[in-house]
Amino acid sequence: MKILVAVKRVVDYAVKIRVKPDKTGVDTQNVKMSMNPFCEIALEEALRIKEAGFAKEVVAVSIGPSQCVDTLRTGLAMGADRGIHVETNTSFLPLTIAKILKSLAEVENPGLIFLGKQAIDDDCNQTGQMVAALLGWPQATFASKVVLDKDKHIATVDREVDGGLETLCVDLPAVITTDLRLNQPRYASLPNIMKAKSKPIKKMTVQDLKVDVKSDIEILEVTEPPKRKSGVMVSSVDELIEKLRNEAHVV
Amino acid sequence: MHRFLVKLSSSSNQFRSSKNHRLILPLLPSSKPFTSSSSVSSSPPRHSNRSGYPYLVELFQKISPLSSNSRTLGVNGRSISSEAGRESIEYDVLIVGAGPAGLSAAIRLKQLSQEKNIDLSVCVVEKGAEVGGHIISGNVFEPVALDELLPHWRQEHTPIEIPASSDKFWFLTKDRAISLPSPFDNKGNYVISLSQLVRWLGGKAEELGTEIYPGFSASEVLYDASDKVVGIATKDMGISKDGSKKENFQPGVDIKGRVTLFAEGCRGSLSERIIKKYKLREEVNAQHQTYALGIKEVWEIDESKHNPGEVVHTLGWPLDPKTYGGSFLYHMNDRQVALGLVVALNYHNPFLNPYEEFQKLKPHPAIKRILEGGTVLQYGARTLNEGGFQSIPYPVFPGGAIIGCSAGFLNVPKIKGTHTAMKSGMLAAEAAFGVLHEGINMNTYWDNLKDSWVWKELYAARNYRPAFEYGLLPGLAVSAMEHYVLKGKVPFTLKHGKADHEATNLARKCTPIEYPKPDGVLSFDVPTSLYRSNTNHDHDQPSHLRLRDPKIPEKVNFPEYAAPESRYCPARVYEYVEDEEGKPKLQINAQNCLHCKACDIKDPKQNIEWTVPEGGGGPAYSLM
Repeated sequence: MKILVAVKRVVDYAVKIRVKPDKTGVDTQNVKMSMNPFCEIALEEALRIKEAGFAKEVVAVSIGPSQCVDTLRTGLAMGADRGIHVETNTSFLPLTIAKILKSLAEVENPGLIFLGKQAIDDDCNQTGQMVAALLGWPQATFASKVVLDKDKHIATVDREVDGGLETLCVDLPAVITTDLRLNQPRYASLPNIMKAKSKPIKKMTVQDLKVDVKSDIEILEVTEPPKRKSGVMVSSVDELIEKLRNEAHVV
Repeated sequence: MHRFLVKLSSSSNQFRSSKNHRLILPLLPSSKPFTSSSSVSSSPPRHSNRSGYPYLVELFQKISPLSSNSRTLGVNGRSISSEAGRESIEYDVLIVGAGPAGLSAAIRLKQLSQEKNIDLSVCVVEKGAEVGGHIISGNVFEPVALDELLPHWRQEHTPIEIPASSDKFWFLTKDRAISLPSPFDNKGNYVISLSQLVRWLGGKAEELGTEIYPGFSASEVLYDASDKVVGIATKDMGISKDGSKKENFQPGVDIKGRVTLFAEGCRGSLSERIIKKYKLREEVNAQHQTYALGIKEVWEIDESKHNPGEVVHTLGWPLDPKTYGGSFLYHMNDRQVALGLVVALNYHNPFLNPYEEFQKLKPHPAIKRILEGGTVLQYGARTLNEGGFQSIPYPVFPGGAIIGCSAGFLNVPKIKGTHTAMKSGMLAAEAAFGVLHEGINMNTYWDNLKDSWVWKELYAARNYRPAFEYGLLPGLAVSAMEHYVLKGKVPFTLKHGKADHEATNLARKCTPIEYPKPDGVLSFDVPTSLYRSNTNHDHDQPSHLRLRDPKIPEKVNFPEYAAPESRYCPARVYEYVEDEEGKPKLQINAQNCLHCKACDIKDPKQNIEWTVPEGGGGPAYSLM
C-alpha cells in the first residue's frame, strides 16, 4: 500500500507575524517558515504505519512556491520515500488544493491519504474533508489514534470530537486528518538529512494535473484583530447590568 | 565528559581525490540508523506534548554538484565512540557555527579547493534553526574582508544596499542631545542586517559545496587518545526534563573533522572550554576577555522620519558616568531602523538592569521623535567582546583553531567585529588548507593573523576601552588623543580592570535603581519584547543553563548581590519565586533564553554555565 501525505509550508508557529501595511495578507518576507505541525504529525503516523509493515511507500506532497522543496526535504529526512512538488506561486484555497490532491491520488493510487487537520496559517480545516468528498472516499478527521487491519482493509480511528472521543471504522482507501494527540513527530537525524538529499522530488504543475484552479473566493482584506481593551471595574450590580445592556448590548 | 576515540589508522590519502569516496551510507530500506541499538521507531507511543523540531535552512535547496562528490563519510558509518548507538560522520574540515567567521572560512576553503583542484569536504553545524537565525548585530558593515573574499559581490544582488550617509554623535542628557564631532568615519560602509547578510553568505557557501546543517547544536568536543580535538558531538534530542528519553529520542551524532574550527561567536560555549583546557590565554599572556551586552530592536518608522544610511551613536543618558556604554541608531532600508543600547558588563551596581536602561533611552526626545508612530518588528540581545587586542588568546589548539568573536577580534572604538571575524575565518581556512594538503602547521593561522590588517587595526585600537577604567571623562580624553594624534603609536598598552563578574559590588553598598513602568508604546515589558524575538525552545528538555553549585543562587546571588541575574538577563530567564516556606528560590525559565551568554559572563561566582539546548531552539532573528 502507498500512503500519500500532504504537507504544507507555513509560518513557523513560534514566529510573531504582522499584517502587511496594504492589508492584502500577512507579511511573510524574511519570516521563518516550517512544516505545518499537524502535517508533521500526519507524516509521522504514515511513517509508523510503514515501519509496522502495513505500507510499502510514503510519498510526501507539497503545493506551493519553490521553497516548498525545503519542506519536502524535511519530510524526506523524517523518512518519506519520495516527494512531489506541485509548483505554483499562487496561494490556493482548500478547494483548489483538494482538487489537486484528488488528481494526484488518481495518479498515485494510495491506500491512505494523511493530512493535518488544519494549517496553522489559515485554520481552514477543510482540505481533508474536501479531498474525501471529491474522491468519494470515507474520511476520519481529528484522528487521535489509528489502527489498521490489513486483511480486512479497514482502519479504526479514534476521533477527537467536542463531546469526547468517537471511534470510527473506515474502509480503505480513506482520508485521515490528524490531530495533536495522535503522536509526537520524530526529529530528523543528521544522517537522515544527508540521505534525504538523494531522495527524488518530482516537480509537477497544476496543468500537468489538469486541475481548474479558478477560485470562487476572493480575499478582500486582512486586518489585525482589534486591540484588547482593558477591563472596567464596576461598583455595583446595577451598574453592571446597565453596562451590559447599553454598552455591550448583550442583555 | 570526553570521548576517547581510537585514532583512525587511515593516512591523509583517504581523503584526497573525489573519485575514492562516494556516499558510503548503507541505504537500508527502513529508516533505522545503522548502529547497534535502534532508537527512533521501536519505543511505544506515549502521550506527550508536541515538541519543537529542527528545520532545514531556506537555502538548503541549492545543492551544488560538488557536494555529493566531495564529502567523506565514516567508512560503513561505524560508530567509533565508546557509547553505543552513536553514529560518526567525518569531514576534512568541521566548522562549528554558521556566522560571518564560520561561513567565510567555509567559502575560503571551497575556493582554495576549486583553485588547486583538490577536493575538500566541509561541514558547518549551526545550533539555530536557520542560518542567520541567531545572528544579531548593529550593523554598520565595513566590506574590506568581503571585498577580499567575494570581490564580485558589488555586481550581485546582496543584502548590502544602503551606504552609510552620515555619522552623527550625540552626548545625551536627560532631555537634550548635544552634537559632538563624530569619532566614527563610516564612509564606504553600509548599514545592513547582519542576519540577512549571513543568510546570503550561507547561500554562497552552499553553492560552493559546503554542507550546512542548521538545527544541530554542538554539545561536546571530541578528543582522541592524545588529547587532540577530532570533532564535536551534537546534542541528543528528545530527552525529557527529568532526563528520561522521550518517544522521539534521537541520539546526537559525532561529527569529526581533520581540522575543527570553532566559530561560535562571543563567549562560545565550546570555545570557552577549549581556551581553558589548552590554557590559550596563558600561552600568549593575554588578559581576560571583557564584554558588553547589546540589546536591540528593529523598528519600522514613519516614512517622513526615515533617512536611509543615517548612522547615529550616543553616549551619556541613560547610563551613569561610571558605566561604559552607549546607544546606536542606524537607518536601514524599507523604513526600518536598528536601535540598540550597549552596556559594558563590568558595571558595578548589581541593581543595574540593561534592558530597563534601554527602555529608558527610547523616550528621550532625540530618539522618541524618530520612533514615534512606528512599530517594533523584532527584538533581541547578545553579548559582544570588548577586550580587543589585550584579550586575544592563542587561537590554535591541537586539531584546529578558534575564529571570529569566539577568539575576540572586535574593534571596540569602531564597534565593528564583522570584518575582522570574516578575515580571521579566511586566514584560518588558508592555514587549514595548508595543514591538510601541504603538511604545514596550524600555527600559520596565528602568524598570518599577526601579519594581517586585523592585527594592525586591533593594535591601534587597543587603548581606547581600557582608558575608561579611569572614568568617563578620562576615557573620552584618551579617545580624543588616540583618535586625532596618537593612533595607538604609544609604547604602552593599558590593561583591563577586573573581570566583569568580579566588578559587581555587593548590593548593600549600592543604591537600588527605580525604573519607570513600560508605556506599551515606546517602552515594553520583557515578555512583550521577548515575543518579538521569536524565541522558543522545546519545553520538555533539561535546562541548558547549568548551575555548578545549585545552592549558590539562594546563598550568595540573592542575599549579597540582590539577584543580578534577574536583572541583567534580557529574556527574564532567571526569576526568584517564593517556595512553600516563603523563602526565595531561583526559577530558571530556560525556554525564554536568547542565547546572549550574559549570565555565563556576569554571574558573580561564575556559577552559571551556559550550555547548548536542543538544536533548533532559541531566537529566530531575520532582520537583526
